[in-house]
Amino acid sequence: MSILNIKDIHLSIEEKPILKGVSLNVNLGEVHAIMGPNGSGKSTLSYILSGKEGYDLSSGEINFDNKDLLELSANERSNQGLFLAFQYPVELPGVSSMNFLREAVNIRRKVLGKKELNHLEFVKEARRLASSMFIKDEMLKRSVNVGFSGGEKKRFEILQMMLLEPKLAILDETDSGLDVDALKIVSNGVNNYKGKDNAVIVITHYQRLLDYIVPDYVHILADGVIKKSGGPELAKIIEKNGYAGIVDAA
Amino acid sequence: MVASKETISVVEQTTSKYKYGFSTKVDVEKAPKGLNEDIIKFISGKKNEPKWLLEWRLNAYKQWLNMKEPSWAKVNYPEIDFQDIHYYAAPKVKKKLKSLDEVDPELLKTYEKLGIPLSEQKMLSGVAVDAVFDSVSVATTFREKLSKEGVIFCPISEAVQSHPELVKKYLGSVVPVTDNYYSALNSAVFTDGSFVFIPKNVKCPMELSTYFRINEQNTGQFERTLIIVEDAGYVSYLEGCTAPQRDENQLHAAVVELVALEDASIKYSTVQNWYPGDENGKGGIYNFVTKRGKCLGDRSKISWTQVETGSSVTWKYPSCVLMGNNSVGEFYSVAITNNFQQADTGTKMIHIGKGTKSTIISKGISAGKSQNTYRGQVQIQKTAKNARNFTQCDSLLIGDKCSAHTIPYINQNISNAKVEHEATTSKISEEQLFYCKQRGLDDETATSLIVNGFCKEVMKELPMEFAVEAQKLIGISLEGSVG
Ligand SMILES: Nc1ncnc2c1ncn2[C@@H]1O[C@H](COP(=O)(O)OP(=O)(O)O)[C@@H](O)[C@H]1O
Ligand SMILES: [Mg+2]
Repeated sequence: MSILNIKDIHLSIEEKPILKGVSLNVNLGEVHAIMGPNGSGKSTLSYILSGKEGYDLSSGEINFDNKDLLELSANERSNQGLFLAFQYPVELPGVSSMNFLREAVNIRRKVLGKKELNHLEFVKEARRLASSMFIKDEMLKRSVNVGFSGGEKKRFEILQMMLLEPKLAILDETDSGLDVDALKIVSNGVNNYKGKDNAVIVITHYQRLLDYIVPDYVHILADGVIKKSGGPELAKIIEKNGYAGIVDAA
Repeated sequence: MVASKETISVVEQTTSKYKYGFSTKVDVEKAPKGLNEDIIKFISGKKNEPKWLLEWRLNAYKQWLNMKEPSWAKVNYPEIDFQDIHYYAAPKVKKKLKSLDEVDPELLKTYEKLGIPLSEQKMLSGVAVDAVFDSVSVATTFREKLSKEGVIFCPISEAVQSHPELVKKYLGSVVPVTDNYYSALNSAVFTDGSFVFIPKNVKCPMELSTYFRINEQNTGQFERTLIIVEDAGYVSYLEGCTAPQRDENQLHAAVVELVALEDASIKYSTVQNWYPGDENGKGGIYNFVTKRGKCLGDRSKISWTQVETGSSVTWKYPSCVLMGNNSVGEFYSVAITNNFQQADTGTKMIHIGKGTKSTIISKGISAGKSQNTYRGQVQIQKTAKNARNFTQCDSLLIGDKCSAHTIPYINQNISNAKVEHEATTSKISEEQLFYCKQRGLDDETATSLIVNGFCKEVMKELPMEFAVEAQKLIGISLEGSVG
């Protein structure tokens, strides 16, 4: 069953065309990888999907879980189960990570018709999942993303994904800046989470991550379009040959 | 004001922006509008005051007549007609009240709406409340428990009768009558307020709290608070304020004086939520308040914490005069302005004693078309060897029609003192808002979360129950400022 259906979307930023007709269908239970050179519009696509201001399409349609995604505000999209792990997670000085997580989780639980967790119940659940991501309790007392190392930020993003139980998770370069150990932790988190009732889009620049999170489909985004789609073998070819041969002007 | 469970639930359910905007029908006795010697005599007579106090008032009035309203603050408001104000309004009482049962039930209902049921339940939260309704102190709870410790906590009008020597000694000793235009006015016409006396070596066993409310139309509120803590004593004092929603502006000109003797410590917290006017700038309270503490004794400490969300115009500089050697002054402030609110607030730290230390943390948040100014003075006098000050002023802007200003004055008269000043101005970034929204938070929840994070250093200084209330208030006062 389709969870996300992108139909021929176009977008320009400051009159510069970034996406020039991208289409993509993702079904529940699938993992899609989107690869492409720097600046090819991968993050832009993730912002369009998550509803960031200033990323309005000039044309095209997007369906998410049988709804017109473009009709929903950013927080409604999240409420409906769309999650973005940020390439550059944002710092919120003074906002304790634990409180932030609880606020977010309780909003999502309300939408799912589950009852709010009280402080104790929540802390227990958050700590359980956090320890699976090798996140220490002490870190959850700190302000959101403030003073976190690159790896901590990425692990914290995945922790949020686990807690929010989205239907569609978009991971934007979650592998960048991670050493092998951290990469394994993050991948484990994603692999444990993915199932037949959800879907994952992994955006990455490198093939490395795809050894751990094995995609069903790989798409190459370049020159504003999906140049090529295939199975996991496509990522291996990219690793060997680079984007040359796929991208016109690389 | 204490955030009892019911207060919090009222805040959560509130749909109107200003939840305290009701007024109460009680039988009221008012002085005619206007200010002259007769009115002052009337007020003094109503309170059965001794002659010295009447003379003190009349002298203040004479001085006031020769003074000018200050104009240096960064606030604009139409000229106030001081003859168009009632200087005395009191709920009518038949006789002196002995217990809560005798308080007008309508009044008690008001307090309940405000979230401060003046009942013995308060015992549980360990807070004693003195409630000032318009001009008169209505009921003071837990006085007996306090008096066992030798703590005096009562309306100042009563202290004038029962402890005249203390009042006479300290009244005006921290804020001289002629300190400024509003302190002179207050000295002439003050109607009530709280009096606290903590004897030597006593740590006050509960937090003391006063709740101020302006109810009557065209009434000014001029309360006067005096807190004296003797050697090695301690008190934590909370002050909350609200007023009904009215189209006219109302004047609030209070004077608060604190005196800390040797090793004494006073913690004074305010959550000020006077009616701020509507979203077009109509109505609201003019809040012109003089608050000052004197660290008279060595090693004494005075700490001001304020969360200012209300009033249409705020002019307020809680200050510390650090006379005792090694005495400590602190000022923690959150000032939020939205719509057309104007706030000019800050502090003065006057270092006189050796080794005196002061800390100033100010967080200003402006939204809408509001103006938010921090004005602070750090004065290191010649005698203040090794004095130290640290000041941090952070401003946060929401939207691009508001403004924030930081005006520090530093007078350092000796070289071996250390004065540090840091200031930042930031905006809530689109990135921060988007990050929160991507996690499901709506604009208002996101803003409130970010702003509360910005204020954290100050909020953690507030007593626990107060902090919860203040956090909600911040959310409410910023409603509609983004999105
Ligand atoms: N907010 C923005 N303002 C201007 N240009 C932008 C903005 N966001 C993205 N771009 C441009 O869009 C293109 C795609 O960027 P991005 O989506 O970040 O690429 P990727 O994530 O694939 O590296 C780049 O040329 C980038 O400079
Ligand atoms: Mg990117």
